Amino acid sequence: MEKRYKTVMMKPQDKVAVALEPLAAGAEVAVSCEGLAFQITVRDPIEFGHKFAVVGIGKGEDILKYGEVIGVATREIQAGEHVHVHNLEGKRGRGDRNGYAG
Amino acid sequence: MAMQDSGKFWGYRRADGRVGVRNHVLILPTITCATQAAKQITELVKGTVSFIHQHGCAQVGVDYEQTFRTYVGMGTNPNVYGVVVLGLGCETHQARSVAGEIAKTGKPVEVVSIQDHGGTLFTIAQGAKIAAKMVQDASAQMRELCDFSELIIGTECGGSDACSGLSANPAVGVVSDMIVDRGGTSILAETTELIGAEHLLAERAVDDQVAKRVYDVIKAMENRAFMMGVDIRTGNPSPGNIKGGLSSLEEKSLGAANKAGSRPLQELIDYAQAPSKKGLVWMDTPGHDIEQLTGMVAGGAQVVLFTTGRGTPTGSPIAPVIKIATNSAIFEKMADNIDINAGTIIDGTETIVSVGQRIFDEVALVATGKLTKAEILGQHDFGIWRIGPTF
Repeated sequence: MEKRYKTVMMKPQDKVAVALEPLAAGAEVAVSCEGLAFQITVRDPIEFGHKFAVVGIGKGEDILKYGEVIGVATREIQAGEHVHVHNLEGKRGRGDRNGYAG
Repeated sequence: MAMQDSGKFWGYRRADGRVGVRNHVLILPTITCATQAAKQITELVKGTVSFIHQHGCAQVGVDYEQTFRTYVGMGTNPNVYGVVVLGLGCETHQARSVAGEIAKTGKPVEVVSIQDHGGTLFTIAQGAKIAAKMVQDASAQMRELCDFSELIIGTECGGSDACSGLSANPAVGVVSDMIVDRGGTSILAETTELIGAEHLLAERAVDDQVAKRVYDVIKAMENRAFMMGVDIRTGNPSPGNIKGGLSSLEEKSLGAANKAGSRPLQELIDYAQAPSKKGLVWMDTPGHDIEQLTGMVAGGAQVVLFTTGRGTPTGSPIAPVIKIATNSAIFEKMADNIDINAGTIIDGTETIVSVGQRIFDEVALVATGKLTKAEILGQHDFGIWRIGPTF
């Protein structure tokens, strides 16, 4: 029988789900949220507490979790990929980018 | 603590009508130069507490005022029976001025200063004698049955992980609502870690003025990073947060905001300021654990709820800090430090509401006298949020 992995997707508009147990690359994961259902092949090893994309995300696109923006994709991300600091960038408090905003 | 009712707790009634959950005698050094003598008094006299810091001199303007307010707030916190204010003599933050403010609450307060008492040894002897008398007087005071409307809880998350926003923080949100519904006060803090979630809190503000202040304090905090020309991500999320699965400040903030439950936001208060309203209030503090803990305790919080995903020993010299794990693995790994496991929510064996009820019951017990792990380990952390340079 197919193993049911523990994951959580907070809101239907979210682009990511959180692994509540470690996922190996290649694992087949069923993710559901408020009537939505996704069947995802995980592309990277995902540690406990880390996120993976439930849908494809374009470069520069906002990434949503809790139904809210948590940052922007720095490159194209495919469903099943690990979403973390290597491909997600926060938008707020970025003095390095925005300069003095007054 | 003969009886236990989750609607009440046993506390110490103070002269100003407020209620303490502890009965400490505080040795309060108003200047870094007096901290070592203060520490030595606590070693001589059982029942006394103190805190080490590096402030009290060469501060000006709002930074001076903030430090002064923090000292006074620590002394006036109802968990403190009486205070020995310990100065050097020549410092900017004069011990007598701090003692004068504390005296207004009607609690016993005395001043000792190193230059006036002929050096460290005489000062320690004098301070210890006064403290010993205060401890004996304190020990004669009985607890009485008190209502939750007299309780101010501080809420905090430190060492966040991806579970913080899924388990422990929403459970603390349930407790926050329960306290507010019983007429008590819950302090939300950590302005840095609400950047990106401010719109959700502004929607809950009691009026437009409070909503505007939500955006103002967030903007001021975000501007600090802009003015320094730095990427806030070098400090927040921290390396531990990132290892735990948090990818951005916004993600951390959205999880952190869950601590605030669902009740209306009554007011925004300055660092170390006492709330003027009951219900949910927001204190403007940094995200730094110790600095924000100190701010809430100086603002009058008698009990602090502290959620942690990575594990932390944080405690306060005068307020019990109840540590709540976001996941079962860290609860087991750091059992010495953590009081409650909210990881059962992630495990699927308990609900957010049932963990909330469990934490609420623990608040009643701890307020009545049960010691937290941080208290047992003597974890007396203290740090003041500096907002100006030293001159």
